[in-house]
Amino acid sequence: MSDASFLSLERLTLAYGDTTAVKDLNLQIGRGELIALLGPSGCGKTTTMRSIAGLLKPKAGAIRLDGNDITRVAANKRAVGLVFQSYALFPHLTVFENVAFGLRLKRISKPELEKRVKDGLQSVGLSRFAERRPAELSGGQQQRVALARSMVMEPKVLLLDEPLSNLDARLRLEMRAELQRVQKESGITMIFVTHDQGEALALADRIVVMLDGRIEQIGTPEQIYNTPVSAFVADFVGFENVFAVEDGKLKTSQGPIAQSKNVPSDVAGLAWRPTAVTLGKGTYNGTVRGTSFAGRTREYLLDTPLGAIKAEVDAGMPPYEIGESIPFDLPLENAAHLMRY
Amino acid sequence: MTSRFVSSAILTAVIIFLIGPFFIIVAASLSAGDTLAFPPRGISLKWVLKVFQIESFQSSFLMSMGLAIFGTLTALAIGTPVSYALARYKLPFGETIRTAVSAPIIVPGIIVGLALLRYLVIPFGFNLTLALFLAHTALVLPYAVRVVSASMNNLRSDIEEAAVLLGCTRFGAFVRTVLPNIRGGILAAFILGFVTSFNQVPVSLFLSGPGVRTLPVDMLAYLETTYDPSVAALSALLAFMSIGIVFLAERFLGFSRYV
Repeated sequence: MSDASFLSLERLTLAYGDTTAVKDLNLQIGRGELIALLGPSGCGKTTTMRSIAGLLKPKAGAIRLDGNDITRVAANKRAVGLVFQSYALFPHLTVFENVAFGLRLKRISKPELEKRVKDGLQSVGLSRFAERRPAELSGGQQQRVALARSMVMEPKVLLLDEPLSNLDARLRLEMRAELQRVQKESGITMIFVTHDQGEALALADRIVVMLDGRIEQIGTPEQIYNTPVSAFVADFVGFENVFAVEDGKLKTSQGPIAQSKNVPSDVAGLAWRPTAVTLGKGTYNGTVRGTSFAGRTREYLLDTPLGAIKAEVDAGMPPYEIGESIPFDLPLENAAHLMRY
Repeated sequence: MTSRFVSSAILTAVIIFLIGPFFIIVAASLSAGDTLAFPPRGISLKWVLKVFQIESFQSSFLMSMGLAIFGTLTALAIGTPVSYALARYKLPFGETIRTAVSAPIIVPGIIVGLALLRYLVIPFGFNLTLALFLAHTALVLPYAVRVVSASMNNLRSDIEEAAVLLGCTRFGAFVRTVLPNIRGGILAAFILGFVTSFNQVPVSLFLSGPGVRTLPVDMLAYLETTYDPSVAALSALLAFMSIGIVFLAERFLGFSRYV
């Protein structure tokens, strides 16, 4: 087993009854990596996570962890931790007993158990709350209890289901930092599921973008953000002007439009961020449909022969009025080249 | 103003009709006279003491107690897993099961009793005590399922998965995370079932025989031959027992949350 395939999913197919949720999925995750499974709801990311945890039996394929085939290993023997989106704390137990729950089942000696629980609570800054009940804690505190409860078990992989989605904006930043710190300090392999690309970009070492039960793209946050390979990923990371390309021409509702420069033959689509659109000069013309001030920039929505175009330019430039016709350009060198449309 | 007067009049009437009989029975049971009467003639405790000397009351009391306790426990043993399954799984006939389980509440007791007599006891020679036990279990089952379901529905299913991932078996997860959280509901269902079973008349009426009688049926039989205040005294004692149970349940469990 190499460290680069500490956890590997091989041709994994998952289904609920007759509905296939994930098909032929292959994924290698290295030891100590922090991975984001990113995608819209229904893309199979949570299903994939549940199968790694052992809560869902695969229809086909294999899951290997640390050199062992765990496909048929029961969930309670996998050494995989899961922090639930709703935290799933035991309401009848104190914070201390929640964290001690798994250790008690392992019949660990009392002094060691107490030490590990206390260390666990301390590492998430909740020592003072050991005797409280979950219902007496805030959402952020409950989540940290759930994190400590999984971490004291020293799992080989820690899974987190939408770890930030139930928190308010300020707590989200705090929790993000907390997760990164815990991960770096423990060196644990972490996989978290999210539908929020900002979260994935900020937190993960590598992002796995999923759609319709398949992997669309795997890459570092930079790769995903700058060089999306498909129209879906491009749209997901903020390329709002996405076009299919056929025979080197942009496919639009008004018919094909030739490009001033040659488009490589393997390109199936082109995508521009609003900031990549040039306004005030260029080969196309559009009518301003809407405009909004966004602080350092100003956003425009244009009606054009290519369809609706979103542009974002420096707020220092003189503003255009609604209804005004302006020239614009989609520079090929600023476009993301999509391999799939 | 008038509407306020009307509503308080209605309220007063309701309270009188609900609680009035209780006071009448308590008063009648303290009578010193020889027949059941209100207002009582003189005050004495002799009829209250007489209750404890009537032998048939002792045996029928034990019968009712036994039925109430074991019938309710059996109903809970069946009803708790049923509630769990109904709450956790999409069962193919979930709604049908829910309806079937509630049937004994909907079907009049007199019909249940007659049916059991006609189709279980008479053709198969069923032991009456066994028939009574089965009938009471069935009558209490709906309460068990309803009340336990109510507390089960408030419980998230992912805590069991969390317990499994921390090393529990599926059954261990149920015992360690579900049971402690529905304990209150189970106790509430037990009390409700116990009181229902204990006060049950129509079904038990059909399933009586020599030496096999529940307490309420025995009281009716007693009244037919002897019209003295001892029945009132027994009723008052039973009412105090029910009040005591419900009071303790409310005190320690917040019973009203579950019913």
